[in-house]
Amino acid sequence: MKKITRITGWQAFWPIMILLGILIFNVIITGGSFLEMKIVDHHLYGRIIDIIRNGSKLMLLSIGLTLVLATGGTDISVGSTMAISGAVACSIISGTLLTGVGGNVFVAILVALLAGAACGAWNGFLVSKIKIQPIVATMILMVAGRGIAQLITRGKIVTVNSDAYYFINGGYIFGLPFPLFIVGFALLLSLLLTKRTAFGLFLEATGCNSNASKFTGIHVSKIKFLVYTCSGILAAIAGLIESAGIKGADCNNAGLMIELDAILAVAIGGTSLNGGRFSIPASIVGAIILQSITTTVYAIGVPPEIIQVIKAVLVIIICLFQSTQFKTAMMNKLRIRKVA
Amino acid sequence: MNTEPILIELLHITKKYSEAVVALNDVRFQLNRGEIHALLGENGAGKSTLIKVLTGVEKRNSGIISFEGKEINPRSPQEAQDIGISTVYQEVNLCPNLSVAENIYIGREPKKGGRIDWNAINNQAKKLMEKFDLDINVTKRLDSYSVAIQQMVAIARASDISAKVLILDEPTSSLSRLEVDKLFDTMRLLRSQGMGIIFVTHFLDQVYEVTDTITVLRNGEYVGTYATAQLSRVELVGKMIGKEYSQISDKLQPHVEAETEGKLFADLQEVTGLGTVRDMNMSICYGEVLGLSGLLGSGRSETARLIFGIDKIEKGDLEIKGERVSLKSTLDAIKAGIAFCPEDRKTDGIVGDLSVRENIILALQAKKGMLNRITRQEAEEIAEQYIKKLEIKTPTSEQLVKNLSGGNQQKVILARWLATNPELLILDEPTRGIDIGTKAEIQKIVTDLAKQGMAVIFISSEIDEMLRCCSRIAILRDYKKIAEIKGSAISEQTIMRYIAGGEIDEKDY
Repeated sequence: MKKITRITGWQAFWPIMILLGILIFNVIITGGSFLEMKIVDHHLYGRIIDIIRNGSKLMLLSIGLTLVLATGGTDISVGSTMAISGAVACSIISGTLLTGVGGNVFVAILVALLAGAACGAWNGFLVSKIKIQPIVATMILMVAGRGIAQLITRGKIVTVNSDAYYFINGGYIFGLPFPLFIVGFALLLSLLLTKRTAFGLFLEATGCNSNASKFTGIHVSKIKFLVYTCSGILAAIAGLIESAGIKGADCNNAGLMIELDAILAVAIGGTSLNGGRFSIPASIVGAIILQSITTTVYAIGVPPEIIQVIKAVLVIIICLFQSTQFKTAMMNKLRIRKVA
Repeated sequence: MNTEPILIELLHITKKYSEAVVALNDVRFQLNRGEIHALLGENGAGKSTLIKVLTGVEKRNSGIISFEGKEINPRSPQEAQDIGISTVYQEVNLCPNLSVAENIYIGREPKKGGRIDWNAINNQAKKLMEKFDLDINVTKRLDSYSVAIQQMVAIARASDISAKVLILDEPTSSLSRLEVDKLFDTMRLLRSQGMGIIFVTHFLDQVYEVTDTITVLRNGEYVGTYATAQLSRVELVGKMIGKEYSQISDKLQPHVEAETEGKLFADLQEVTGLGTVRDMNMSICYGEVLGLSGLLGSGRSETARLIFGIDKIEKGDLEIKGERVSLKSTLDAIKAGIAFCPEDRKTDGIVGDLSVRENIILALQAKKGMLNRITRQEAEEIAEQYIKKLEIKTPTSEQLVKNLSGGNQQKVILARWLATNPELLILDEPTRGIDIGTKAEIQKIVTDLAKQGMAVIFISSEIDEMLRCCSRIAILRDYKKIAEIKGSAISEQTIMRYIAGGEIDEKDY
């Protein structure tokens, strides 16, 4: 019994159950074809692979947002940061920016990541030093970011022609899509950072009670600065995957509204938006849940115009399942019925 | 017009937040026409709760409120204001981005032909301000004036709504001496017009300067109402902290005798904080418990905050072990061997949603740095060690701290600091709101630590406790150290005499 409560008490338990539910539903409605995988040219293809590949951006963002939300903040500029990162990388590769490097892909990626870090650092500066409310502080970049991206691309959609760059989204290693490895690497790094150093503890303490944390000697503003910077870098990576996928930088549409999905993914993963306890794996599961819902809704042929509504309803149900109050209320109801 | 002298009468007011938390117990209060009435009491005495009950912010459990002889039941500050009871809070609650005139007439703008008559507003506002001897441009934004003027505007607005009762809730804490004088002139003017004023403050000097009557509350109970002119300061302090001056025997000597002077740990020289403590000289030695005594707002906690690096030292030197230091953050202070249990356990102390184990290792972890992680096993050992040592009552070290009782939370914070192995431990009201048993335990821990050689600064509003724990006591008043007593000179009488300050009535001895 104790073992069971330990497993159900794990933050990622309910998200995983929900995900399994969605997957099983998919298997049933597709009559099994959902699970089918084909190997073509040593590459794995199939629905599940699609979900993971398409969800990779969301997963990356949800890692960064888990850290930000754990401090009690929020970051709604990640979509714009994606656009900036894509714009920087594509402009360098196509030779309109930093012409000196001659379109070197590695330089392009590096500069794009730096740009993402700078965006994150800017948010971190506004939140931790100027002490602007996080949602307002990051809204500045959310609005201005797309303009900055337009400036970088001079208002055009920049297309690139580089197989090395396409590899970021479309490449395969050991038969698995490359974005999967990026997510795995980011997950590993973030777990090392939060579990093998005291960063995780400081994050939770800051999110629970930043005042008391300051009194115990934690540099709360440094912690905050750091998480926004991490979020910026992860958004930049997501931006690279996005632009490599469409083989160009589309400043107006890259990562549009994705910040809301990312926050939702973290919420589905059970991390409170008020800060405190967090779980990065649970957020990743949350991101996969969102991606599979999208895939499912398309698969069962819901008309595109009401997809958002269906998604909203599903999200409400998931959030109810995550709420302790709801769970205890349901348990009590069940118990009463049993007694009666 | 009703000419009955009694404006407000509160009888048998009881307010319980829960069965255990009784904020007011059978309290009465009476305000007359043309009277400035001080409402006094230490923190938690029930002053603000009484104000809230009177103005309808909080619902009372029982009791009667009557206004000019008629029973009233205001359900909101708005209703209270309509009856004639206006409140001006410490924080001005007007609209800073509107003009002075707009602020005065907001919600009751004079209209002409369906449109707001701006000329009337501005002219009337100007006249009103002149009545208060304030020559300001009423069309300028409110926030372009000082807090004092803003407060005056709030008072003017309240008096103009023909308020008969004005409640001033600690209006002077952010005002300069000159501004306070101005405020007092205004209060006297209103008094002469027959208004009744309730004045909540913790500055005794001001009580004696401006009030006619004093009502004292203590621990939610009514202590008494006195004519200001007939109550000496020492008596007043006695009423507030619950000791009759004449009853105090000198038997309560400190049991921690001042031992031979220990080695100096920290030395404050002419330390001044921004808007707080002024020219503080103080030394703290190993092996002693130094008490900081004084009323709320005397600079006790502020001194502690300066030593712990929370607030910046504006002027003067802080020397630790003979070396001048400048503490830029709490972490610097922790690294210098200082630990601090803050006054407000809930907001500044515990991290409620984390476990006992995590709360205990938090400061040690911060001291060690982020990369030098304390492993789970080490953390559990540290936690178990202190749970045992301080007898913290918790089922396991994984229990969330918010589920512990107040006393055990305080012990967790104490454990957190002891884990960092500090040389100076600062305790700000460590036993507030804690049951008697745990209180005694904490006091014993403190004196034991000093015996083992730790330097301790102990801050408490309870003089008994100070007598029991401290070997030396510095007394603060109005952000200044006014005396230091030690050893056999420590007695309740001396402390109270210094806390009260001002001229001391000889016959009281």
